[in-house]
Amino acid sequence: MMNVTIGQYFPGDSFLYRLDPRTKLILTLALIILVFISKTFTGFALVFLFVLWCAFSTKIGLKYMLKGLKPLFLIIALTFVLNLLLMKDGAELVHWGILRITEGGLRTAVFMAVRLILLVLTSQVLTLTTSPIALTDGLETLMRPLSRIGFPAHEISMMMSIALRFIPTLMEETEKIRRAQMARGADFESGNLLQRAKAMVPLLVPLFVSAFRRADELAMAMEARCYRGGEGRTKLKQLQFHRQDAVAAAAVVAMYAIMIALNALGVF
Amino acid sequence: MSEAILRLRDAAFQYEDADARAVDGVSLDVAPGEFLAILGRNGSGKSTLARLLNALLIPSAGSVEVDGIEVSEQRAYDVRERCGMVFQNPDNQIVATVVEEDCAFGLENRGVPSKEIRRRVDEALREVGMLDRALASPSMLSGGQKQRIAIAGVLAMRPKIIVFDESTAMLDPVGRKDVFGLARRVNREEGVTVVWITHFMEEAVQADRVVVMDKGKIELEGTPREVFSNVTEVLSLGLDVPEMMKLSRDLRGAGLEIPLDVLTVDEMAEVLGKWQA
Ligand SMILES: Nc1ncnc2c1ncn2[C@@H]1O[C@H](COP(=O)(O)OP(=O)(O)OP(=O)(O)O)[C@@H](O)[C@H]1O
Ligand SMILES: [Mg+2]
Repeated sequence: MMNVTIGQYFPGDSFLYRLDPRTKLILTLALIILVFISKTFTGFALVFLFVLWCAFSTKIGLKYMLKGLKPLFLIIALTFVLNLLLMKDGAELVHWGILRITEGGLRTAVFMAVRLILLVLTSQVLTLTTSPIALTDGLETLMRPLSRIGFPAHEISMMMSIALRFIPTLMEETEKIRRAQMARGADFESGNLLQRAKAMVPLLVPLFVSAFRRADELAMAMEARCYRGGEGRTKLKQLQFHRQDAVAAAAVVAMYAIMIALNALGVF
Repeated sequence: MSEAILRLRDAAFQYEDADARAVDGVSLDVAPGEFLAILGRNGSGKSTLARLLNALLIPSAGSVEVDGIEVSEQRAYDVRERCGMVFQNPDNQIVATVVEEDCAFGLENRGVPSKEIRRRVDEALREVGMLDRALASPSMLSGGQKQRIAIAGVLAMRPKIIVFDESTAMLDPVGRKDVFGLARRVNREEGVTVVWITHFMEEAVQADRVVVMDKGKIELEGTPREVFSNVTEVLSLGLDVPEMMKLSRDLRGAGLEIPLDVLTVDEMAEVLGKWQA
């Protein structure tokens, strides 16, 4: 559980860190779309190099980032194999009994795998360089226009930040309860899956009870501090676009231009 | 005494599913700048009373006035702005993942401009001695430090009154002393009126005035000395007498001629010093 690096913030300071979270959110989405509209290997290579360059510029260390890919390796490998075997298109490359691999199948399989890797890597760069608060703030501001048609933008971002706030608290509590139950002879480690799941019940019940109590008290504390939803609320830190945001946006726009040209020219 | 800042007249409150009133006809005046301690056994209605002062609950009978504003559904936010509240569990009253963001929460809710929030948050954090932890994550702080953050969040709103509902109950002795000391300082230096709900007699003896509640009613009221001199009554209300009073009794029993109403360690030191001389 602990070695999943997806969705975790890695404190630091470099160009990407200083971008406005809204810029990063929009540009990440734009890059992901770019990955999916690319029809050429050159295009992929281009995006790949760009994302890799972004990743390098964070100074986080590629090894740490690639660790995040590990849990997804199986999914990527599976997509690759399925596409390879099931897509039939173009010249035949291998024919082995019922096994038939075509050029088109190979191409699609490689494309899909590269797309998935790029998708994960790009979102990795986003979450590693953006603090959860900045991320929820950015999301809230971007979704604010939608709240006019009844979309709960503020509520969602408030829920996300409260969840983030309480994850460490609840983790600590789980550990405490686990120790207490173990001291009373509970066994969480041995037995088959069903037995282990059963052993979790005395752990989860007190955890839920306490979580509800916490929620109750937190709601009261928020009310006592004049909370009444998102309307008329101000912020300690107002989000602001700077020159670097324009630079980043220009870079992505340039990528789009190149990609469209490559697709049109039909380069390999 | 000048105009009361908290004025309760036969205030009562009954929870929907309860068969008795949790607060049952309380009349009380609190002067501006006063440090009032509220004592009472579990379930005596202290927290319910505290929630009436903050408009978290609206009295079902009688009236509660906070700084001249009658507590009601309509004026709830005005009341809450004037009367801040610090709760018992340090973990369950911190909203944000960064100290300064949490401190800003109340001001953000009130729609205060960013610049002003910044100023007041820094000021409040300095006041509680946590300015150097402004960017820390609350989950990395001790219980006492978390309570200090909660106090800073309330102070940033510049309330005239702060109600502490057993805010030291979950802390270790060091944190308890620390938070109590901070409340006393805010009271003395800023002139903020403090209502201090507690189970600790050592804290109550340092208040200007003590109120003892039982079954939703005020049973005893007066200076700590007046209240604790009714030893049998205090004990019958489920409270303890302060440690120093017990000690003075024991010392009397051992043949020492010392007064029976010694309340604090300082007083005891003075008495013993005199006796030695
Ligand atoms: N939400 C509620 N719903 C129904 N009854 C409640 C509720 N909260 C408290 N009570 C009841 O109201 C009475 C007063 O409770 P209150 O919490 O005010 O006491 P307290 O003096 O703060 O006690 P403690 O020292 O344990 O904090 C108790 O009998 C309690 O059971
Ligand atoms: Mg209580």
